Amino acid sequence: MSENQPKKKALGSVVVNAERCKGCGFCVEFCPPRVLALSEQYNSKGYHTPVLVEPDGCTGCNMCGLLCPDFAIYGFLVAKKKK
Amino acid sequence: MKADPKGVQTGAFFIDGDHACAEGAIAAGCRFVAGYPITPSTEVVERIAERFPLIGGLFIQMEDEIASSIAIQGAVWAGKKAMTVTSGPGFSLMMEHIGLAAMTETPCVFIDVQRAGPSTGLPTLPAQGDMMQARWGSHGDYGIIALCPNSPQETFDLTIKAFNLAETYRVPVLVMLDECVGHMIERIIIPPADQIDIVPRRFTNIPPGEFRLFEPKEDMVPDMVKAGDGYNIHVTGLTHDERGYPVMNAAAQEKLVHRLVDKIRLNADRIVEYREDEIEGAEVVVVSYGITSRVAIPAIEEARRDGLKVGHLRLITAWPFPEKRIAELSRTIKVFVVPEINYGQMVREVERCAAGRARVVLVPHGGGSVHNPKDIHCAIVDCRKDIRP
Amino acid sequence: MSEDTIDTCETCVPVNAVEDVLRMERMPHIWCPGCGIGTTLNGFAHALETSGLDLRKVAMVSGIGCTGRVSGYLKLDSFHTTHGRALPFATGLKLANPELKVVVYSGDGDLTAIGGNHFIHAARRNLDMTVILINNFIYGMTGGQVAPTTPIGATASTAPHGNFEEPFNLPYLAESCGAVYVARWTAFHIRHLTKAVKEALVKKGFSFIEILAPCPTLYSRRNRLGDGLDQMKHFRDDSEIRNGADTKTVGLDFQGKIVVGKFVDKDKPTYLDSMNAFYAAKWGDKYTPYKG
Repeated sequence: MSENQPKKKALGSVVVNAERCKGCGFCVEFCPPRVLALSEQYNSKGYHTPVLVEPDGCTGCNMCGLLCPDFAIYGFLVAKKKK
Repeated sequence: MKADPKGVQTGAFFIDGDHACAEGAIAAGCRFVAGYPITPSTEVVERIAERFPLIGGLFIQMEDEIASSIAIQGAVWAGKKAMTVTSGPGFSLMMEHIGLAAMTETPCVFIDVQRAGPSTGLPTLPAQGDMMQARWGSHGDYGIIALCPNSPQETFDLTIKAFNLAETYRVPVLVMLDECVGHMIERIIIPPADQIDIVPRRFTNIPPGEFRLFEPKEDMVPDMVKAGDGYNIHVTGLTHDERGYPVMNAAAQEKLVHRLVDKIRLNADRIVEYREDEIEGAEVVVVSYGITSRVAIPAIEEARRDGLKVGHLRLITAWPFPEKRIAELSRTIKVFVVPEINYGQMVREVERCAAGRARVVLVPHGGGSVHNPKDIHCAIVDCRKDIRP
Repeated sequence: MSEDTIDTCETCVPVNAVEDVLRMERMPHIWCPGCGIGTTLNGFAHALETSGLDLRKVAMVSGIGCTGRVSGYLKLDSFHTTHGRALPFATGLKLANPELKVVVYSGDGDLTAIGGNHFIHAARRNLDMTVILINNFIYGMTGGQVAPTTPIGATASTAPHGNFEEPFNLPYLAESCGAVYVARWTAFHIRHLTKAVKEALVKKGFSFIEILAPCPTLYSRRNRLGDGLDQMKHFRDDSEIRNGADTKTVGLDFQGKIVVGKFVDKDKPTYLDSMNAFYAAKWGDKYTPYKG
């Protein structure tokens, strides 16, 4: 990749409430740009919780948030900082 | 508060107990009835079905008694006074939901026009075989109120009272008729609406957010609300805390269920009602209820003519049972005679409260008709041997 | 830093809107990891939140079972009733106050086994309510017993050698009893099911939505179907959307093809419409239409 190529702009991001997560994996599997993964870390109940492994690729579509059975993750569109 | 004149059919009528019950419910402000036909109670809902559409009430014949007994609770939580009506087999089906109403403190009225059982029994003939079931029929511990009218007039009056007690104690209330009282035709007087006292639902004035649906006031009874007012209530049959949220432990069970029992038990002095006749100085007291209380009268009068001092105590509330009065009487009288159209139900309460201090004689009858007054008379007269020195 | 990069600012992070309609103080909920009920609740909450309805007037009634616990997590007037009897309770609630929007949200065993009689009559009456049935093919809460929806060949704790009973085809049952809106989706079809809920909420009459959901702990484990995610993948890979399909043809086999879609959407007078029209025809001005 050329150093002169502009960095990809993340359209969105996610909020993870790790303590609520039960590690089901729905968000990871059904994320359309596949930017989530279950982390090596785990919460106090022992579940591996999701983490944004490619933050720049998140579109903010909130498919993770819609599917999550535990209300442990949701996505949102990031507000752009105007020039 | 007085009755809404719109429903009250003031006047003198020659009708049976079932019809009187319907009129009593209407006078009390009941505007939702769900029922299922079962002899000998059906006439209650037939009259309701006829009267309701033009007075703003809604009657629905549900698919079974189980549905009826919970549909009325939905209606109560929507803000209405509601009632269902049945007889023995349906009463058995309704037991789970009587427990639900007790657990969720849903004020509603259940009418049981008793017939001979067990099972299908004698659908068109009287008995008093559901009395213990009225108290203990649903699983678990809870308090409940049951009233026993002995005439169509009294059925009218006690049905109103049932609604009033339900609202006062946020509890299901049972009216235990029998086929005789339900089908006997007598003159009843329906007074003008402004002479009928009704107890309105005790809706809270605590705002949403602060109000707790199962937090009792000093009388052990919580205030009520209805759906649609922004309280976001949660009502569950699971053991719950004062917010209504399920709490699965023994401490929560103790706190809630003990109060459900005590709510009626410790308020018993204000609820218990009975009628007494010539109790003063009596040696024998006949304890009766429902139609049997009328059948007992000629027997008692003849025994009095024979020289016996016989008193008559008639239960208006079968539950809570007048424990204190029976215990008190057991210290001064010799014998309780308990005629009932069953093989011994309320007699057990008399025995329990007499605690061996007075003899208790049951005059049973399997059902299918009322007692022959001679049998009650014989039992009373037989008590001479307890009385003569 | 280049001007083209994004500055994420803390104050720009929105809250999860669905939390407004949930009793967040009761989270985490009781459902297992990978259970689909939470997903359906999520969709339902989202539908409520974006429906524009006055949520004070929306009441939720559930029965007993894992799905029945939904009522404890929604911030509405919610009623957790007895097993199988959510529909008659809802009948009383709705008919006593027709202004309420009543939703019945319960499981397959609760609504069609013990509650079967009430189901067919509520549909027959075309009561104005929305019924959301979560079908996980099993009685989950009590340990995985066979249900009227368990497919032939699947095992359950009370059919340990395999189920040989024909299961219900629920959309067919609902349609034949008189439901005016019948749809089936799966927990995977989250956007579709959310849209269906929104449609059903405003639809007049008996609206029925069957939503298939994984039960990883019991149904999947017993039948060696993997976990909740595996079942969701099956929903994704083996579903076919056929809106308007003949409900006779949408029965389900064990891990077979799943027909999803909106099958029925028609108009018929509701119970109260019929009642009021009938009495008005009979009595004219003497009759005041019943409004609660």
